[in-house]
Amino acid sequence: MAEMSYRDAIAYGIAQEMRRDPRLVMLGEDIAAAGGVFKTTVGLLEQFGPDRVRDTPISEQAILGAAMGAAMTGIPVIAEIMFSDFIAVCFDILANQMAKTRYMTGGQVTVPVVIRTHNGGGARFGAQHSQSVENWCMMIPGLKVVAPSTPRDVVGLMAAAVRDPDPVVFLEHKSLLATKGEVPEGEIVDELGVAKVVREGTDCTIVALALMVPRALQAAERLAAEGISAEVIDLRSLVPLDTQTILSSVAKTGRLFTVEENPRLCGWGAEIASIVGHEAFWDLDGPVVRITTPHIPLPAAETLEDMAIPSVDRIYKEIVEVMD
Amino acid sequence: MSTETFDPQLLDYSNRPPRLPSPPNEANDRIDIPLDQRMRMYELQQELRQFEKRAYDLFMQNLVKGTSHLSLGMEAVATGFAMAMRRDDYTFATYRGHAHTLARGVPMGPVMAELLGRGTGLLGGKGGSMHLTSVEHGMMGSYAIIGAHLCIANGAAWSAQMRGSDQVTVAFFGDGTTNIGAFHEAINFAAIWKLPIVFVCENNLYMEYTPIDLVTPVEHPAADRAAAYGLERIVVDGNDADEVYDTARRLIEKARSGGGPSLVEAVTYRHGGHSRADPGKYRPKEEVDAWLQRDPLTLYHQRLLRLGVPEIELTKIAQDVARRVDEATEFAKSSPPPDPESLMTDVWADGGSSWRR
Repeated sequence: MAEMSYRDAIAYGIAQEMRRDPRLVMLGEDIAAAGGVFKTTVGLLEQFGPDRVRDTPISEQAILGAAMGAAMTGIPVIAEIMFSDFIAVCFDILANQMAKTRYMTGGQVTVPVVIRTHNGGGARFGAQHSQSVENWCMMIPGLKVVAPSTPRDVVGLMAAAVRDPDPVVFLEHKSLLATKGEVPEGEIVDELGVAKVVREGTDCTIVALALMVPRALQAAERLAAEGISAEVIDLRSLVPLDTQTILSSVAKTGRLFTVEENPRLCGWGAEIASIVGHEAFWDLDGPVVRITTPHIPLPAAETLEDMAIPSVDRIYKEIVEVMD
Repeated sequence: MSTETFDPQLLDYSNRPPRLPSPPNEANDRIDIPLDQRMRMYELQQELRQFEKRAYDLFMQNLVKGTSHLSLGMEAVATGFAMAMRRDDYTFATYRGHAHTLARGVPMGPVMAELLGRGTGLLGGKGGSMHLTSVEHGMMGSYAIIGAHLCIANGAAWSAQMRGSDQVTVAFFGDGTTNIGAFHEAINFAAIWKLPIVFVCENNLYMEYTPIDLVTPVEHPAADRAAAYGLERIVVDGNDADEVYDTARRLIEKARSGGGPSLVEAVTYRHGGHSRADPGKYRPKEEVDAWLQRDPLTLYHQRLLRLGVPEIELTKIAQDVARRVDEATEFAKSSPPPDPESLMTDVWADGGSSWRR
């Protein structure tokens, strides 16, 4: 067991998979010699050499296109898109090509690509470098979407994503990079589509993802002081979506809150609210409540950005208000 | 411009001066290609021509739904390259991909059945005209978003480079593609990584309904951009299969031997409109007539006669191809629609489409 930062766990998790599969390669902007602009790929060039860890031009379509073409001809690839906002400039390759080729070709083509990208706000980067784009990815049939919240899960889900034969978008949260956690020794391999109950409770269920998980946990701590026992679920994976864990928690607590960093409309919580409303309606003791970033572009100023993204205080207050 | 002074004639492209083809080059008769191979190239061009004509007829009978983008008039490009490719080389094509698919040896029956939306289709009816793919034939797909496949083709070339397989990737695209960002990203990327790939622009002079010269600041939309990426400027007669083949084998050999990518522009012309819905009326009549005269099959037919092949042999080839196109049509027409269960299969590698547990 070693303590490790979320940032270091990324390179650690990638290295675990690159040692296991000598075919696995990675490409992206500034990932090799510079070790990544977020220092999430430090040391990989030295360990695996320039043929397996490659710097590219600023050409996101070329990056994802090359990843797809290599993957469909037998080479699994990890591609980095530096900021998740940049997915918008290569969305064609992601949404029209990678996601659909297997279906369109009657199953002839397999695309084992992991698209790593730095997602989320809190770094005061403004509206084009801070977005939470998990809902952009979730809505495309044919893409899997993963977003770890701890260093241990970075390693386990990275392994699961790399070993999965389908394209997986792997969202690394910028505001979690400096956080630390225990990472057990030895190989860690998780399964995609398995949520974790990270705090047990009986009065309400809070479902959260990535940066929202530690905030939901802190809010749950404060709720406990008010006599509200909150169960917190770290979703970890949006596609596949672990509805079993959510439904069984709601069956126990009767109340559901989602905490989402994405802007409100069509956020993942809306899908969960819909599923729970349909399949667990009679388990519910009150309305499902979504706590989200408002439907606005993210501002740069720290005071404004902090108001926009759900905070511990806001999560706590919204839940207390409804649970009263 | 006010509506009073606006003259719609100015924007009727069919009133523009025609862009006429250069005269056929009879010297290409002397390109070193064995006669039996030339006979096969004639046969292949007949296959592409007759298949596309039949596809057009079936569209008009409403047996093929959706859209179609035919290669009528452009058969020499697909033929010249396919003949120069090794069996395990990779082809990437656009939505105008019937010819490139057939040229790699994919049987006509499943291709026709795919156009008709049948269960026996090449893609089980799930892809349609614009996505023809046959991995076992090296036909790595037809891609319907302009430019994307050039980036994807790079990946196949990169993979071949990493695996040391000596495979070469050939990616076809239209003149209109040269104005989208993905084209420039792809060519630059291939050049800096010295990828074993040949990019082939099929310049048919029209970007969908608009003359390419009106939307491109250089005469040759692909070849005149090559220098920006340190590549040779190559323009070939896209209606002469032998000239295409001669260039294709040189560039493919260069790629195979580690010489990196090439960008070639084959000048050609489509006999019809952009797609099913387009009669192509925006083209000057004199221009269309001149290019119809310069039809690749006519040129090749005349060449083979000059080389001493009896007319009767060429007729036999055409008749044999006609019979096979009939068979493919019957196969497609008599095939059932796709199995309803296939609707929900093959989203994921596990064969299914489930997104939840």
